[in-house]
Amino acid sequence: MTIQLPVTTPLIELRHVTKTIGDGVETTLVRDISMKIEPGEFVAITGPSGSGKSSLLYLLGLLDVPTSGEVLMQGRPVPAGSEVERARLRLKLLGFVFQFHFLLVEFSALTNVMLPMRALGELSERAMKDRAMKLLASLGLEAHANKLPGQLSGGQRQRVAIARALANEPQVILADEPTGNLDSASSEQVLAVLRQLVDETKRSVVMVTHDLALAARADRHVRIVDGRLIG
Amino acid sequence: MATTSGRCESEMNLVLDIALTHVRSRLRQTFVGLMGVAMGVGFSVMMAALMEGSQRDFVTQLVDALPHITMSDERREPPRQPAEDHYQVVAFSGLSTMATRPGIKNPFAIIASLDSWLEGAVAPSVQARAVIRYASRDTAANVTGIDPKREAAVSKLPEQLRQGTLRDLYRSSNAIILGDRLAEKIGARVGNTIAVVSSTGRVLSCTVVALLHSGISQTDETQAFTLIKTAQILAGQTGIVNAMRIRVTDIMAAREIAGRIEAQTGYKSVSWQEANEDLLSALEIRNFIMYTVVGAILLVASFGTYNIISTITHEKTRDIAILKSLGFTERTVRSIFLLEALIIGIAGTLLGWILGYALCQALGTIEFKSPFMDATRLPMYYSPVHYALAGLVALTASAIAGYLPARKAASVHPVEIIRGAS
Repeated sequence: MTIQLPVTTPLIELRHVTKTIGDGVETTLVRDISMKIEPGEFVAITGPSGSGKSSLLYLLGLLDVPTSGEVLMQGRPVPAGSEVERARLRLKLLGFVFQFHFLLVEFSALTNVMLPMRALGELSERAMKDRAMKLLASLGLEAHANKLPGQLSGGQRQRVAIARALANEPQVILADEPTGNLDSASSEQVLAVLRQLVDETKRSVVMVTHDLALAARADRHVRIVDGRLIG
Repeated sequence: MATTSGRCESEMNLVLDIALTHVRSRLRQTFVGLMGVAMGVGFSVMMAALMEGSQRDFVTQLVDALPHITMSDERREPPRQPAEDHYQVVAFSGLSTMATRPGIKNPFAIIASLDSWLEGAVAPSVQARAVIRYASRDTAANVTGIDPKREAAVSKLPEQLRQGTLRDLYRSSNAIILGDRLAEKIGARVGNTIAVVSSTGRVLSCTVVALLHSGISQTDETQAFTLIKTAQILAGQTGIVNAMRIRVTDIMAAREIAGRIEAQTGYKSVSWQEANEDLLSALEIRNFIMYTVVGAILLVASFGTYNIISTITHEKTRDIAILKSLGFTERTVRSIFLLEALIIGIAGTLLGWILGYALCQALGTIEFKSPFMDATRLPMYYSPVHYALAGLVALTASAIAGYLPARKAASVHPVEIIRGAS
């Protein structure tokens, strides 16, 4: 008797993806990489500076298009030429957290969190506000909802950025050095939030970091050197 | 779940929110751009009101000064000789010139006929050239014999009389009305008796019964009016009527009506448009120049808008990148910056309309003096068309000025910006 294991479709899959830039002198950022991001896993990507880890993250997040190879989202190939389709997928399925918070400085924390929901336009204004408030509260920012980013600390801004990344309940959070600009206490807070996301909501997190101690806390550790995956 | 229209509404609200926030957060720049558009619109409105006002004023004076149509005893082409109809004649020679004007045949039958269909009025007149002499001073004049009862219906003459009335022409035999400048030139006053010498040498003693002031120098310096009978004696042709003065209800139809009269009577009928064709074509050229200048003003204003949207776009490159990374499409990003340009354009246009109206009001109080006409206030013409046109051009210019940087903003590659900022 054979046991049939459940087969899950990877949330994101790269097939032999290469990314090259430059017109005259070409530089290869990512070389022939194939990898899968499964539901509910926490993947850390590490590597030395210039190794291509951020480039790999941007390819996974559909922010960039590969020079060759294929990107699949929930099993379906993503057309490289369709900017609108890639934008729609980013809005619905992906959430980004960068090293720099990238909040819109003229808008309050609450409005920043509501931005992706308003762009998607699937909820009423009231529902959007409720969800944004819940997200901020879950990250300990309820009291800061109406503050501008300039009135928040670095750690608070980064948590607002995480709340914004979670606004449309994405399947995958892509974090590029999310603790790079934070002190150790704030870094710990941010990492705890990401870990909690995976454990409690079964979302996937892909985190780029050069900090091996942080990477060790992920479920899977992927190392990239000179644009190639190692292990 | 939201419907597609709800989604569009939500996106539009978001775009509007971001655009308004950008514009509000750069108050000084926004104000400068807004004032640029407002100045452009305001001065355009003022220019258009001034140009069209002066044009309309000029045309009104032109039309009022003369009958709308003048039918004379001339013909456009010489009438065919009977010999031409009966023989194969190649050319005529030895024809003698007429010493007198032929006059209009059956003038009162023609008046009765025109009265039956013409919307307006017809008055007979006699035109004669003469020299007016008083106190050893001579000056040439056009003497027009008129019927005072009919004249009021075809010209503004009764209103243009400074002293006396048209009825005073009946007061004495050989009564005459002189243009005030003409009277001044020879030193004559109301009540004086002057000598009027016709081109045939006939001399009539006439009493000045009124003075005319039309406001147009040429008329006031050369024109004199008498009864038809007096002018006929002066011309040496009793019973002659050599011109019809016609006023029509629809002045813009004067050309067509003149054509119909000419076709009906065979006599040359000249409308006010035909008589002043060169002036009217000069006005058309003036209009073209006006609209070119107005367009140029608004174009210059649009550079200000371009500059502001470009600056905001440049400053907001990072925000654009993050919005795109969140899933905003190029179209949405483009809409934000295009809307910012339109906000500046719309606010500038509204302010420009107020400014334009205020400028028109202020200019309307300035008194303008001309050596050829009476002192008058600058004629301003208020038309919604000027406001609509200036607003439309300003908004179009703002949209174009905003579109170029908006397109550039939309094409920002988020990865390049995120890498640079990290």
